[in-house]
Amino acid sequence: MTSLPQPAMGKKLGLVIDLDICVGCHACAVNCKEWNTGGHAAPLTDRDPYGSDPAGVWFNRIHSFEAGDGAAGRTVHFPKSCLHCEQPACVEVCPTGASYKRSEDGIVLVNEDLCIGCKLCSWACPYGAREYDWDQGVMKKCTLCIDRIYNERLEVEERVPACVSTCPASARHFGDLGDPDSKVSAIVRERGGYDLLPELGYKPVNKYLPPRSPRTAVGSTGAAASLAPVVKAEPGGFLHWIDRILSR
Amino acid sequence: MPIQDMFRTVKEEIDLSPTVSDEVKFTTCYMCACRCGIKVHLKDGTVRYIEGNKNHPVNRGVLCAKGSAGIMTQYAPARLTQPMLRVGERGRGEFKAISWDEAMAIAEGWLGNIRRTDPRKLAFFTGRDQSQALTGWWASQFGTPNYAAHGGFCSVNMAAAGLYTIGGSFWEFGEPDWHHTRYFLMFGVAEDHDSNPIKIGLGHIKGRGAKFVSVNPVRTGYSAIADEWVGIRPGTDGLFVLALIHELLRADKVDLEYLARYTNAHWLVIQAPGTAGDGLFARDSEGRPLCWDRNREGPGDAMAADASPAMVGNYKLADGRDAVPAFQLLAQRYLDDAYAPDAVAERTGVPADTIRRIAAELAHAAFAEEVVIEQPWTDWAGRRHERMVGRPVAMLAMRGISAHSNGFHTCRAIHLLQMLLGSIDTPGGFRYKPPFPRPCPPPIKPAGKPGTIEPGKPMAGPPLGFVTGPEDLLVEADGTPGRIDKAYSWEAPVAAHGMMHMVITNAWKGDPYPIDTLFMFMANMSWNSAMNVPGTIAMLTDKDEATGEYKIPHIIYSDAFASEMVAYADLILPDTTYLERHDCISLLDRPICDADGAADAIRQPIVEPDRDVRPFQDVLIELGARLGLPGLVHPDGRPRYPGLYRDYIANHERAPGIGMLAGWRGENGETEGRGAPNPKQVEAYIANECFWRHKFEPEERYYKHANKAYLEKAARFGFIGAAQPIILQLYSEVLQRFRLAAEGHGTVQPPERHRERVRKHFDPLPIWYAPFEHAAVDPAEFPLHAVTQRPAAMYHSWGSMNAWLRQIHGRNRLHMNRVTAEGLGIADDDWVTVTSHHGQITVQAKLMEGVEPGTVWTWNAIGKRSGTWNLAEDAGESRKGFLLNHVISELLPPEGDGLRYANADPVTGQAAWYDLRVRVEKAAVPLAATEPAFAPIPDPPGMTAPPAISRFGELFRRRRAGR
Repeated sequence: MTSLPQPAMGKKLGLVIDLDICVGCHACAVNCKEWNTGGHAAPLTDRDPYGSDPAGVWFNRIHSFEAGDGAAGRTVHFPKSCLHCEQPACVEVCPTGASYKRSEDGIVLVNEDLCIGCKLCSWACPYGAREYDWDQGVMKKCTLCIDRIYNERLEVEERVPACVSTCPASARHFGDLGDPDSKVSAIVRERGGYDLLPELGYKPVNKYLPPRSPRTAVGSTGAAASLAPVVKAEPGGFLHWIDRILSR
Repeated sequence: MPIQDMFRTVKEEIDLSPTVSDEVKFTTCYMCACRCGIKVHLKDGTVRYIEGNKNHPVNRGVLCAKGSAGIMTQYAPARLTQPMLRVGERGRGEFKAISWDEAMAIAEGWLGNIRRTDPRKLAFFTGRDQSQALTGWWASQFGTPNYAAHGGFCSVNMAAAGLYTIGGSFWEFGEPDWHHTRYFLMFGVAEDHDSNPIKIGLGHIKGRGAKFVSVNPVRTGYSAIADEWVGIRPGTDGLFVLALIHELLRADKVDLEYLARYTNAHWLVIQAPGTAGDGLFARDSEGRPLCWDRNREGPGDAMAADASPAMVGNYKLADGRDAVPAFQLLAQRYLDDAYAPDAVAERTGVPADTIRRIAAELAHAAFAEEVVIEQPWTDWAGRRHERMVGRPVAMLAMRGISAHSNGFHTCRAIHLLQMLLGSIDTPGGFRYKPPFPRPCPPPIKPAGKPGTIEPGKPMAGPPLGFVTGPEDLLVEADGTPGRIDKAYSWEAPVAAHGMMHMVITNAWKGDPYPIDTLFMFMANMSWNSAMNVPGTIAMLTDKDEATGEYKIPHIIYSDAFASEMVAYADLILPDTTYLERHDCISLLDRPICDADGAADAIRQPIVEPDRDVRPFQDVLIELGARLGLPGLVHPDGRPRYPGLYRDYIANHERAPGIGMLAGWRGENGETEGRGAPNPKQVEAYIANECFWRHKFEPEERYYKHANKAYLEKAARFGFIGAAQPIILQLYSEVLQRFRLAAEGHGTVQPPERHRERVRKHFDPLPIWYAPFEHAAVDPAEFPLHAVTQRPAAMYHSWGSMNAWLRQIHGRNRLHMNRVTAEGLGIADDDWVTVTSHHGQITVQAKLMEGVEPGTVWTWNAIGKRSGTWNLAEDAGESRKGFLLNHVISELLPPEGDGLRYANADPVTGQAAWYDLRVRVEKAAVPLAATEPAFAPIPDPPGMTAPPAISRFGELFRRRRAGR
């Protein structure tokens, strides 16, 4: 057992992911990989990269699925990475103290020097967010770009996780979810942001914004069901416009 | 140590501010055609990180999956390493390494011989080439008309329909007004187009609560986040759009004021059936088009600012002929019940109520939610307007429209809908990106008429341009095509991008004539860029029985990677990666402008090549100088651009003061748009993050086709010849001229064989007809449509060798509607045969909900040929991946007399690869790999062995820790 920081800190850095505008383009996943393969937890090893079964370490993966049948259903693109839970099972099961939650900001990290690669944490994580680097023999995971967000060598606006910085649709937001006045907390309130599997009690910090409802019903834009015809349905109906006075 | 201490968190020392890089360079991405600005971080001479440039007009800091994977393209083992000459039979992949001196001498020998004898025997075709301002010019200097890039199988329907109708087009020549639109209607846009700007824009409009409707048979990517998905049947979008037009006309929800000011709706069309003037515009003695001016109750100058034009009515011209305004012809046609929602619902698969509701929503957004920007502006006639008023309905269309044989007219129908709503270049609508709008069409004619090609001489103009009548066609007196691809012939008169997809077939047949050398750049024409792959391979390797020579005697190919095409070439000129060279994203080619500014860009070398490779553009310039092409040598024969492409970019002038780049012109970089060459221009670009952008003044930003300030600036910058208003061509007189020729008028007429085809398809108003393959095959035998979609994380075959992207798309399946598949007894991962009139493939199926029931689809270009791209022979891409290309024919089924037309749009020659019809059946037995299987191709010499494990980035960490 690895203990969680006491007392619980107020700052909860995390991501807010907007499922209403995520198009599943994988930009966040690849930019994450690119940053992190040379970053704090480098490398994000790729096995058999040019062979029959390439498989690498990714801190962020996109899952696409359909909900509902036929045309009434919808396609959902669901990016998933570590949720930096307030009660992270992955930390509590760690036998060496390698997995830990930072008291300063709540980020869950792995101290590779202490990791023995036992994978208990990946068994414990109900979200499948941990990534074992079999080559290095250690567990790796989203660091929330710990080497970017405080990096004084970067310009202030660049001090966000790579996935947030690169997302073309602006479907990803980063901030302090422990601060009710933060921009991310406000978005979560306005849009009904929700936790993944809240019933498990791990209290994920990352939030998801639900897709907005489809707008296929009559009146959804203020328009009527159809236009009222005014031009006669007969040959020569176009003479409707014969008296129109126009200027150029 | 007490045991409990072992369980306490040990404080980890973390470097929160590590050095990211020791050098940062800006350049332009080339992982797809989007051309985003990128900021490349280098550490110890290696690319550490690539991110979007936040100042760049295209991507404003963001970067997609492909762009972010650039590192893995830069270091891919698939990179070619040296020039090569084929030693075995074509297709076997047997090469020997040669020096660049030898390679250049061989190329010079082949091409020099052609140029001295018959320049047409060089067919020079480039793929997704971003240097067409150079390559097209080079072909012209060489003297061959046989040049084009990939537009013929990409989007020429879109480009031509736009340029002939509104003087701009979707994607590169225009964009939705993301900031003001209330209603966004998107047709057939695959997820890679236009990668970052669309994603940025969709984020904006959804955040603002505007409605986004996606019309697409498949609900993936962009369609997945649409407020409404309209799962239309492929090839029927034109009917859907014309039904919307029917509804709007019936309800008088059309903007006649807009039409009168900016289009030719009021121009009088001569009604004299059977005569040479029928359907042409009535003109005065000076050639000015006439309208019926109500101020004078008689014909008057249609362009006069003070005219009060009639939009309907039958009028007598001074010469006694009858004439009616173009709008009347339009209204008459689309008010007909043939276009009523109920009449098209079944065919399109879109319920009539949905069509009626969308028409009502379009009208509501356009007329009840008009956008007003409090910005005065002055129109072409000098009249000041206090504000800019817009109809906030925006549209965008792409390959789902263009890759059908009815795509030209369908795209014109979409533009017609935009015009009727008054939304072209008004706030909230479609906006032009400079250098567009240009006159419809731009005043550039294709050069290369038979009889004008002379040995040793350049052509008089560019190989590609815009015909405005039969007399501009490149045909012999008997109608025989002048170009090897038959572009600008009666088979494809408006083939503005050429017809690359027909080159190999025609060259193999020697129809209309044999060629000597096929010279290609980054075009994977033996694989994913070819329709009928097995047939194409056979043609590339076929020999003349009499001589033992290949039917296509020489093939020169330039590519950076070991693509499928390499094995089918004789001479390989290995190119660099995009991070190793100079490039130029020119206003003379496909610009990177946005509606609020003109822009162009360069690439600069970020890293030195570690192989014996050269930038293709450098090679082309050197080759041109060796051949003595006039534009590339001084009169005394010395090379004009000894500094190669970088030198050319800065110093070449296309017209006085106009060059490849518009920024920092003038001897000291003091002017923009027009100005003397600046020898330090490339340096100026590098100092400005590799791009130039001229921001338009607020008064110049809308109504560009009629905005005095904008038009004057456009003329000053050389975008247009003169500051004249650009009239939108709701009615196309150009098309009518071809129709009249088909009806027996004029000196240049189609051969009998093509007459009816031309007459039918050159309708001056948009028409809908069933795509050719749909009409030609038995719907009972081939009941399903089959289309290819493009994923957001893979651009054609460009990510095949990329270790990260192939983990996202490493194989593909045939996606089928669940209900349809279950009806055929097909379950997930079952092996199925897909049969067309042309061929058969066996692949694995994947069931889904979000696809129109009559359509199957797959991701494009994921399938690879075993052994290529330096991937393992049993890579998923070849074992489980596949191409639909194998079952698409480049030719339509034979006509009654045996003639086979290209599988293409009859107006533009656009390859109609979305017309495919198939039958899908459960395979008798499961297979281990997709079929057809092609023999593996061995690696070319000099390739790097791919690693079993990639630990890219490990060194950065180790060095960081060591410091």
